[in-house]
Amino acid sequence: MMSLRTDEHEKHTFNVDKVRKDFPIFKECMNGQPLVFLDTAASAQKPNQVIDSIRDIYQTEYANVHRGLYKISEALTAKYEGVREIISDYINTEHTTEIVFTRNATESINLVARSFGTAFLKENDEIILSELEHHANIVPWQMLRDEIGVIIKVAPINDEGEIIMYEFEKLLCNRTKLVAISHMSNVLGSILPVKEITRLSQAVGAKVLIDGCQAITHLPVDVQEIGCDFYVFSGHKLYGPSGVGVLYAREELLEIMPPFMGGGDMISSVTFEESTWAKIPHKFEAGTPAIVQVIGLGVAIEYLKSLGLEDIRKYEKTILDYATQKLLDIEGLRLIGTAEDKASVLSFTLDFAHAHDIATIIDSSGVAVRAGHHCAQPLMNRMNVAATVRASLGLYNTEEDIDRLVSSLHNVNEIFN
Amino acid sequence: MDSLRELYQEVILDHGKNPRNFNTPDDPTNKALGNNPLCGDQLTVYLKVNSGVVEDVAFIGRGCAISIASASMMTEFIKGKSEDEIKQIFNKFHEMCTEDASDKSTIEELEKLQVLSGVREFPTRVKCATLPWHTLLAALAGEKEVTTE
Ligand SMILES: Cc1ncc(COP(=O)(O)O)c(C=O)c1O
Repeated sequence: MMSLRTDEHEKHTFNVDKVRKDFPIFKECMNGQPLVFLDTAASAQKPNQVIDSIRDIYQTEYANVHRGLYKISEALTAKYEGVREIISDYINTEHTTEIVFTRNATESINLVARSFGTAFLKENDEIILSELEHHANIVPWQMLRDEIGVIIKVAPINDEGEIIMYEFEKLLCNRTKLVAISHMSNVLGSILPVKEITRLSQAVGAKVLIDGCQAITHLPVDVQEIGCDFYVFSGHKLYGPSGVGVLYAREELLEIMPPFMGGGDMISSVTFEESTWAKIPHKFEAGTPAIVQVIGLGVAIEYLKSLGLEDIRKYEKTILDYATQKLLDIEGLRLIGTAEDKASVLSFTLDFAHAHDIATIIDSSGVAVRAGHHCAQPLMNRMNVAATVRASLGLYNTEEDIDRLVSSLHNVNEIFN
Repeated sequence: MDSLRELYQEVILDHGKNPRNFNTPDDPTNKALGNNPLCGDQLTVYLKVNSGVVEDVAFIGRGCAISIASASMMTEFIKGKSEDEIKQIFNKFHEMCTEDASDKSTIEELEKLQVLSGVREFPTRVKCATLPWHTLLAALAGEKEVTTE
């Protein structure tokens, strides 16, 4: 028994040095310095497992999917469809057919707005968003509003960056038909109580869409446990390739939603008089999909599972805590986003330098961060800042990365003071 | 670090911290709002134009050290100049910020503005330096708002 337990332990001990070897980018330099990559919230780096799988497919397995009556097309189709199962398992959907592949989370949200929105919402129906949404979860709803006259309401957040639940509840009423809200903020790192939000929203008859772009990388996601109707994310933030996104929607919704785009792959028969749609999820996947990227995303998820998801999260938390402490020690630094429940994102300002000047200066020390409004201008206004510096963490970041960030911030101080 | 020092020279830091002509005048003849959607920087340029000559100029806004310094130095430089002169200066300034081999004699005419040539090494920051100028040209053309692409 004893030895068994040690084995288990060893199997699941997260070893960041070993993990970093899987990411070839870390052999690279930026401005002559080893790269410190603190921009995973924008897009994550890719492990060899993903990169190799992409190259291997193109070299030895490539063909279109769902079409060829020959061996390699069949084999690749099986691999492609197999990723639906991997994702279904990763976010615990009831059915594999509830996974629709899109280009990215933005397209997934637009799909819901176009298809579900135009078919089932009408003038004066209300949609609730929150103040911390990414533009991707604001603009599609505004376009829908301009087209059919729905009303957009915005749930406020507090100074720490947490949604104010009693204010949210006040917005809910029988006119609320959709609540579209982030699981985790890409600017503040706040984690929202999506299960509670879903429960309250569905109690007044609203459907719930959750933008899981950030959460998918850092938190366990169980869509059945949350109970939401739609859940969206992008593959590229989950260590997978760019060009593939996911829409989860409950089966009965996908069944009644009209197609988003027309073309090949999404039909069951076509005549010039009429066409009939393919079964779900293919009804929503017109044209040749991002075949190789989808498979790469599957590889990325398998890779994460092999490291132990729980261990990754525990490790990331230690780096977040370390970074928070180190940053707070810097004079003149203000952390934006101090929610009790948060993960992997540190937004801040320095009172002596603008975010862009900071980003430029620390770039020359090899430190990659993002500076600006992070596609969340309404949130910036809410927090009374024009721009922030955002350091965001991935599973490959180390305490040393944080130390390099901190010392490069001292250079900013030197230049400006 | 060298190209950084070149970018963040004393003069620039000084103008960034203590911008000149940083106010909202009462009776501008022209004004325009400039936006850089990439970073959210915003500034408004106010002009008093009389028979084609900029008699007075001021600005307000928020932005990085580069954009504020560039705006501040611009207001000092263009006061008393004609629209035509300003357009020529803009072209030279733009060339200095973007073209590696911009010719020395052209740049010399820009006098103090030459300290901003360091942005050339930082392509992502060129727009910070040129935003005030685009806004100025918009104000002269009678446009209300300009956005750097
Ligand atoms: C919270 C959130 N929502 C939506 C998006 C949009 O993702 P994508 O650009 O991959 O569609 C992002 C990514 O920037 C995000 O962080």
